[in-house]
Amino acid sequence: MKVFPRYREVWLLAAIVVLIGLISMRFPGFAAFGNLRQLFNDTSILMILALGQMVVILTRSIDLSMASNLCFTGMVVAMLNAAHPAIPIPLLIVIALLVGLVLGAINGFLVWRLNIPSIVVTLGTLTIYRGATFVISGGAWVNADQMSPDFIGLQRAAFLGIPVLSWIAILVIALFFLLMTRTALGRSIYAIGVNPTASVYAGIDVGRTKFIVFCISGMAAGLCGYLWISRYVIASVEVANGYELNIIAACVIGGISIAGGIGSVGGAVLGALFLGIISNALPVINISPFWQMAISGSAIILAVVLNARGERRQGRIILKKAEAA
Amino acid sequence: MLVDPHPAHFVRDPPHKGEGKAAPRLTLSGISKSFPGVRALHDVSLSLYPGQVTALIGENGAGKSTLVKIMTGIYQPDAGTISIDGQAVTLPSAHAAFGHGITAIHQETVLFDDLTVAENILLGHAPRSRFGTIDWRTMRKNAREVLNTMGAGHIDADARLKDLGIANKHLVAVARAMSIDAQIVIMDEPTAALSLKEIEELFLLVEFLKSEGKAILFISHKFDEIYRIADRYTVFRDGEMVGEGLIRDAGQSQIVRMMVGRAVDHIFPQRKAEIGAPVLAVSGLSHPTEFDDIGFELHRGEILGFYGLVGAGRSEVMQAISGITRTSSGTITLEGKAIVPKSAADSIDAGIVYVPEERGKQGVVIGLPIFQNISLPSLKRTSKSGVLRLAEEFALARSYTERLDLRASSLSQDVGTLSGGNQQKIVIAKWLATTPKVIILDEPTKGIDIGSKAAVHGFMAELVAQGLSVIMVSSELPEILGMSDRVVVMREGRIASVYDNKRLDAETLVKTAAGIAA
Repeated sequence: MKVFPRYREVWLLAAIVVLIGLISMRFPGFAAFGNLRQLFNDTSILMILALGQMVVILTRSIDLSMASNLCFTGMVVAMLNAAHPAIPIPLLIVIALLVGLVLGAINGFLVWRLNIPSIVVTLGTLTIYRGATFVISGGAWVNADQMSPDFIGLQRAAFLGIPVLSWIAILVIALFFLLMTRTALGRSIYAIGVNPTASVYAGIDVGRTKFIVFCISGMAAGLCGYLWISRYVIASVEVANGYELNIIAACVIGGISIAGGIGSVGGAVLGALFLGIISNALPVINISPFWQMAISGSAIILAVVLNARGERRQGRIILKKAEAA
Repeated sequence: MLVDPHPAHFVRDPPHKGEGKAAPRLTLSGISKSFPGVRALHDVSLSLYPGQVTALIGENGAGKSTLVKIMTGIYQPDAGTISIDGQAVTLPSAHAAFGHGITAIHQETVLFDDLTVAENILLGHAPRSRFGTIDWRTMRKNAREVLNTMGAGHIDADARLKDLGIANKHLVAVARAMSIDAQIVIMDEPTAALSLKEIEELFLLVEFLKSEGKAILFISHKFDEIYRIADRYTVFRDGEMVGEGLIRDAGQSQIVRMMVGRAVDHIFPQRKAEIGAPVLAVSGLSHPTEFDDIGFELHRGEILGFYGLVGAGRSEVMQAISGITRTSSGTITLEGKAIVPKSAADSIDAGIVYVPEERGKQGVVIGLPIFQNISLPSLKRTSKSGVLRLAEEFALARSYTERLDLRASSLSQDVGTLSGGNQQKIVIAKWLATTPKVIILDEPTKGIDIGSKAAVHGFMAELVAQGLSVIMVSSELPEILGMSDRVVVMREGRIASVYDNKRLDAETLVKTAAGIAA
């Protein structure tokens, strides 16, 4: 029983290894260290976003506004950088985190205080935040030549042979791992996802905890706002349009139950990696975009079916033990 | 576990002349039903007669709802026969029971909130037009006719069911029964959620059903209703039928005695706790709809029992004291200090914990391991500025699971894999780990096996010996009598009486709870 929650992550890891193996058969250099390092770097942003989404989904909520939050925050830091190139990049990152936090806090406040279902709140803010991006930018783009070299260069700098972007992802993964396994907040997040009523009786403030998870997903989106813009070196209203679905897909493939309470940091990371391989590697071996979409879609459904089966099996085990007792 | 298989006061009246003539419409005989570890019904019989109301009486857990589920095809009996008008039948499904004209009206009616009254009445047998589509006009007309014959013409056939009050929903349920020409109507505590005026209307309806020749089974805890409406009675106790007859021949005391008279099946622990100074004082506690003017004192080392019928407001009072719901007025004083709990966390901090009744829904968090369940209300103590200290968490869990003699292979085991009794131990352990001054146990042994019951009772005795104070809400008379120092009896949201357990018997308690003058 104890190994069961890790079970699906192991399967997902196996699936990724098989996928890499299959691709290497047609494209021998694929499994080389350099390429895998590149693959991880390409997937870093999705991983961070999926982790932010994960804490929200664990509490039986959803944040549809993450991609719009990313777009808005990215525009803010890009415009700041264009107007005041002297602002140091670390400060810009802090600003990105804060702007993302505020947008996330708005979601969280509406869910907590007004008791509106999160899917409705974030469906609304999804549009509002993208609209706000248009308002602050006037619909104009911020191009690569308007951005400072530091702004663009930071994440590309290598440290110990690995790009800073990957290091940021590793740091975020570590922080989320500590949050979920070593803090009272992480424990409360799981508890209210599994059984919100019992959590109320146990003295956990369910509403406040939900507020906090939206703040976390907002900060993740804000951080990725900077990372995305500095990676693709263009800020526009169209940035990451529809990307919220990729984030949720990564979570679902990673075994995070939409019903809440079940999921792990490892799952979210592997789910993002799986999607990353499909979207980045398949074009290399000349598989058409249609097949990419079909494969991602099948993976989502397969993941949900496998997870649902896993949960059912857990139920059967309970019955068997109850009979034996 | 009954010692005496033939209780001394088993009563079976000879059939009365005149009334005995009518053949029963429905007869259950020799029905037995067991669930793993629990014998719910043993060799029970019941007859329902056309044009008569039979009251089914018994304490919680006597097997009434199991019987209703057998009659409506939800459960299958292990043994015994069911016959309708002398013909043996089987009821393999709810649909089959419906087809045999058996219909049940529950506390919360099982109708469709978003459909209209007419649709609810005629769903499944709606009139069809020539083209096979539903003939809406005839459907409305039929629905109105049924409602009118029942004297319920005030209900609009086009109204959505959800816009109706609970009493009118009952009327719709009855109208549905009429429209399929149901001959056997089961009413399972139909008055529980009704106001006095609505109860009167329901009784008129029951009279109407009687005049139509329906055989009615009426389940209620309220004696005044039973005496008002029933012709016959059947008493169940611990899954067995212990008496039946005509209601006019039986006194209330006689029926109460049948309900409670039982062999002692379980020895309660001896206690030597010193009753000390008052710890908790509650006065004038009121809630707009659930309870009024609740006042009592709880002493150090005392077990205070709370007895009452289901719905008397006991759990609601406890939830208010433990900060889960709010009160409109009143004061709670803990060790001389007034407290105003705004959340469960406030109460836990102050030293009052509430072990809720619904173990699966409110108590354990299935999916989390044992040690995480136990530490859940104590996260503030097992963490430092939000960071958990896993060693402390494990030590906390280990010390309480050892005290409660919990049998599990590992503290990392999912609580979902444990038996009900062991889950209840986890729930108690998790609240004890917060080191409370007052612990409120709501139905602490509901649905757990005898061995675990004894363990929970023994543990309660140990707690008060250590100077804790316990409030025990229970609907099980032996438990109330065996464990409490004093007993508060609640009825309809108010305290009916407070008894010292030294001179207390089960009959007094049941009578007080049901509002029968002693």
